Amino acid sequence: MSVLVFAENWDGAFKKSTYEGVAYAAGLAQSVGGNVTAVVIGAVSAETAATLGKYGAAKVLQFDGNDVNHQATATILAQTATAAGSKYVVFNGTWKSKSTAPRLAIKLNAAIATEVVELPSTNSPCVVKKKTFSGKAFAHVELNAEVKIIVLSPNAYGIKENELSAAFEKTSGTGSDKDASLQHVEYQKTSGKINLTEAELVVSAGRGMKGPENWGMIEQLAEALGAATACSKPVADIGWRPHHEHVGQTGIAVAPNLYIAIGISGAIQHLAGISSSKKIVVINTDPEAPFFKAADYGIVGDALQIVPKLTEAIKKLKG
Amino acid sequence: MKILVCISSVPDTTTKITFADGNTKFNTAGVQFVINPYDEFGLSRAMQLKETLGGNVTTVTVGRADTEPVIRKALAIGADDAVRIDADPMDSLQVATEIANYAKDKGFDLIITGRESIDYNGGAVPGMIAEILGINSVSPCIKIDIDGNSATLQTIIDGGKEVLKSALPLVAAAQKGMVEESELRIPNMRGIMAARSKPLEVIAGSAAGNAKFNSFDLPAPKAACKMVSADNVEELVNLLHTEAKVI
Ligand SMILES: Cc1cc2nc3c(=O)[nH]c(=O)nc-3n(C[C@H](O)[C@H](O)[C@H](O)COP(=O)(O)OP(=O)(O)OC[C@H]3O[C@@H](n4cnc5c(N)ncnc54)[C@H](O)[C@@H]3O)c2cc1C
Ligand SMILES: Nc1ncnc2c1ncn2[C@@H]1O[C@H](COP(=O)(O)O)[C@@H](O)[C@H]1O
Repeated sequence: MSVLVFAENWDGAFKKSTYEGVAYAAGLAQSVGGNVTAVVIGAVSAETAATLGKYGAAKVLQFDGNDVNHQATATILAQTATAAGSKYVVFNGTWKSKSTAPRLAIKLNAAIATEVVELPSTNSPCVVKKKTFSGKAFAHVELNAEVKIIVLSPNAYGIKENELSAAFEKTSGTGSDKDASLQHVEYQKTSGKINLTEAELVVSAGRGMKGPENWGMIEQLAEALGAATACSKPVADIGWRPHHEHVGQTGIAVAPNLYIAIGISGAIQHLAGISSSKKIVVINTDPEAPFFKAADYGIVGDALQIVPKLTEAIKKLKG
Repeated sequence: MKILVCISSVPDTTTKITFADGNTKFNTAGVQFVINPYDEFGLSRAMQLKETLGGNVTTVTVGRADTEPVIRKALAIGADDAVRIDADPMDSLQVATEIANYAKDKGFDLIITGRESIDYNGGAVPGMIAEILGINSVSPCIKIDIDGNSATLQTIIDGGKEVLKSALPLVAAAQKGMVEESELRIPNMRGIMAARSKPLEVIAGSAAGNAKFNSFDLPAPKAACKMVSADNVEELVNLLHTEAKVI
């Protein structure tokens, strides 16, 4: 039996999230038996495909086409899972995966859990831990179908190496073209910034920054750290920052190694989206700000004074 | 334009989450229920589309009678009629099957859901409804415009946006952007009065799911926050480097 994992690619390259999916599948294969087959749709070089072996893929099946169409992708995955007799299909936590996995669940009569943070606690029945209440809690969900689909919560399991040398097999399958009715018109890429959901370090700021003119120092701090930038909801609502930076219960959920919250009060809706961060630093003028209760490290003081000093100190550390 | 908006009744975003019955059930005592925030963006866009294109907006909710205050709120915002499928929502598959079964022969041009429910965070219902009905789905949908028999949509991809075109009918899973925060519809007095007499049809649920929420738990409590003096940011950097090992 093989554990199937959808190995998403962007113009022929893999991202961290792809490797996280493969690493999880490898952990799963170790506990349920069998090995990992990664499915790639689109042109990926043999060399790139082989990198999946480092995280535990025993085999990489590459199909022609591209994986931007969820219906076509689900069709290919369904055919592959059925042919291989796979009982588990793993997805990383990107939008593409989150759109494809529910379709696959219907096609395979599978049970699905999304926002999964750990390997199953038991395999018969299969019980997985997932985020619920937008990160305020976790649920233990029992998957009662022959095929189980697991969609990860980004950055929760992490990337673990599990050296195998993946054999690369090129297959020429095609999805159904019933979905030709969904046409791609264009991409509007956000300029070369670090992707927030994948980021290991996040510098986030709120209304305490007083105005958009003060964001230069936030960006400089982020740049010194190699971090992504984020913000609280009101800051996006009043247009100080773009909407795609809005973090929280009704925005993006992040799970970085380090989340630095600057001039953010720590409202329950904000905390929901960042509670999976491994370490949290809070900088706030108000010693009573609720965010300090969720923090690992705190500084009480004026961000406009502290942030530039922090940037200097980080630059010094990095030499 | 016949639009179906899926409305999930969820705990208000300020709710402090606790569990009952040995952590097997969400503790609803004292909890205020609201329209799922993502569904609110979808419902508001549905109202705008109805106003420019004409037609009808129906809401559907899978839930027991305790969800009716939230359904009435959707009617007060402007939906024409509502359907409640009487069942305890257990998982995405059951909910999606109920909604798809209801929708399949009604001729809806557009089915709008939220991108995810803020309680169970499945994010799976829209894609499942679309797959069962054999139509397209776009999730998350941050813009939708209708032109005759087709829709132009925007979705988020990792690292940007994608513009798509699709024939109708389709499923669009809303979030902010489909309308802006300032365009969210709030019920007014007239709407609230009118909602009382709008049709709310109750039909019996029959679908089964295959995932069971056995138990819940809360994140482990944090250790006390270590305070660093504002005059000593070097110490913070040092702690992050040597103690937390995150930089
Ligand atoms: C339905 C709903 C959904 C919501 N979803 C979200 C969500 O997803 N994400 C989200 O973030 N919010 C969300 N909110 C809003 C949330 O309730 C808070 O209003 C919001 O998080 C507050 O943002 P803030 O901390 O930036 O601003 P404020 O609450 O105004 O806090 C500013 C903070 O900055 C501090 N400060 C002021 N000056 C300085 C200075 N010079 N230096 C340092 N600190 C300073 C202040 O002490 C204060 O703590 C939601 C609300 C609702 C009703
Ligand atoms: N019980 C329900 N009744 C009606 N619609 C629902 C229900 N549960 C979820 N939905 C819809 O499906 C979307 C995604 O929900 P979920 O897949 O649970 O995250 C929600 O935003 C709603 O629009």
